[in-house]
Amino acid sequence: MAVLTAPDRKSPARVPTSGRRTRVPGRVPPLVLAFVLVPLLAEALWVFWPAVQGFYLAFTKWDGVSPPRFTGLGNFREMAHDDVFRGAAWHTVLWLVLFGGLSAVLGLAAALLLQQERRGVGLYRAALFLPVVFSLVATALVWQAIYQPDGVLDRLLAAVGLGGLQHAWLADQDTALYAVIVPALWRQIGYVMVLYLAGLKGIDPALHEAAKVDGASARQRFRHVTLPQLRGVNAVVLSVIVIDSLRSFDVVWSLTRGGPYHSSELLSTYMYSTAFQSLRLGYGSALAVVIFVLAFGVIASYLVRAFREAD
Amino acid sequence: MSAGSTALRRRRAATAGFHLGAGALAAVWLLPIALVLVTSLRTFDDIAAHGLGSWPRSFTLANFGQAWTDGGQQRALVNSLLVTVPCVLITLALAAMAAFALSRYELPFRRFLLLLMLGGNLLPPQILLIPVSKLSELMGVYDTLPALAGVQIGFGVGFYVFVLHGFMRSIPVEIQQAAVVDGAGPWQIFWRIILPLTRPALAALSALSFTWIFNDLLWAITVLRSDSKMPITAALIGLQGQYVSMWNVIAAGSVIAAAPTVAVFLRFQRHFVAGLNLGAVK
Repeated sequence: MAVLTAPDRKSPARVPTSGRRTRVPGRVPPLVLAFVLVPLLAEALWVFWPAVQGFYLAFTKWDGVSPPRFTGLGNFREMAHDDVFRGAAWHTVLWLVLFGGLSAVLGLAAALLLQQERRGVGLYRAALFLPVVFSLVATALVWQAIYQPDGVLDRLLAAVGLGGLQHAWLADQDTALYAVIVPALWRQIGYVMVLYLAGLKGIDPALHEAAKVDGASARQRFRHVTLPQLRGVNAVVLSVIVIDSLRSFDVVWSLTRGGPYHSSELLSTYMYSTAFQSLRLGYGSALAVVIFVLAFGVIASYLVRAFREAD
Repeated sequence: MSAGSTALRRRRAATAGFHLGAGALAAVWLLPIALVLVTSLRTFDDIAAHGLGSWPRSFTLANFGQAWTDGGQQRALVNSLLVTVPCVLITLALAAMAAFALSRYELPFRRFLLLLMLGGNLLPPQILLIPVSKLSELMGVYDTLPALAGVQIGFGVGFYVFVLHGFMRSIPVEIQQAAVVDGAGPWQIFWRIILPLTRPALAALSALSFTWIFNDLLWAITVLRSDSKMPITAALIGLQGQYVSMWNVIAAGSVIAAAPTVAVFLRFQRHFVAGLNLGAVK
């Protein structure tokens, strides 16, 4: 009712463009306040409050039984001498570059191939997209079977005369990390493809036509028309990739648990085993803070973009 | 030869080339899935005798029974659905309410609140794992399904608020004003007007959140301990340990674990893809 008594003074005059006009100003009814507060409280209880605790715990030593003991920067100093941490950090960077980079490039390539509206293209798109709906655990098990010593991969290698390359892919320290990235890629590429397909669809065909008339080759059109037009999607894909890379846990946990000898350890798996298997909760929290710091830039830029969009 | 027929022939060649390339790509992509399906239908003796990568020489459906009952997949699937379905409904209901309030009313700090909620969802879960597991112990819900549902709702809601806010913002204010003139309160506006208009976005997000929650592993192993409470993803890892190198049973378990989300995808494919793009901030 409050809304009724406070007529929207601005809106009727300059209707179409501004986003503000969609809101009805005036006193906010209590029900509407409750609409915001209930979800906010749920998130505060399960996210904001735990997050604050998580940051605090990073500066403590805690076994989960006796009360946490404040140790300042002790955990972070310990990291400097922790070889497993350094390995995990390096693998996380590798993971970002390989998993992230390849899924972006291959996802874009798949989108370019499958953007043409031809008969049957929907089927091809669905095939590439199907793995996205699998859990990473199921994905991991599928690929574990492929990697087995008597599995399909080794059989295929033998069949094409590359039997010398046969391998215990997941048990070898030199190949474990890469063997884990492949299933993750298999699942991620379809996701990135969908994002790029939408982006490509949004490009005005007239731009391509104009470039064609001016005699631009297909490659030139890609470089000077398609890529610049995709800048918005690229930013989205970048955020998705960085956030997903740093969160990657399930696939590694199901395939190798970070082994053998930490050769496929990521910060996320190291954090989990430190916290819940070694029960070093303070050090585990400090590792989580490192992950947060790595993700912070992307989270912040995502929020800035969201902020601009929100009004 | 006329110019027309050359062009026609070239177009046909392009079409053939496209189908060859895209078809090969799709085949490579589907190969692992075909492989797991085939493996799930073989007998253990066949695999043991000829190797996992060999051509199948047997057919059985017994593996599914074994994974389903002895492997505990049945109970795990029930657990998963007990968590996933209420979570999807509650999360989207809460998110729709908040998005409605933030997008249709001049609330103080609404932009800050919106970004705060989204920001919570963007946090790496690792920073929350230890406190969340301790919090659930403190509240006496550790190792229960409500704890898992609670954290899924709390952690997920921010993202959906953000997406639905973007969607509801674009609904013209005149519709709402007309309702206000007719004497409708906020609840009626929400329930009768805004919510029905938001249905496409809600459908898209339902399909998406169903797979996200159903496929989660990390939260489950953070707040649950007993095998009897675990959802299907964690149970699948258990199956892997229980049936070491019995690939026929493990494959059958994977098929069971993937079936619900594949069904959702095939049924709601369009919503699904729309949902992924809704989430992308441009």
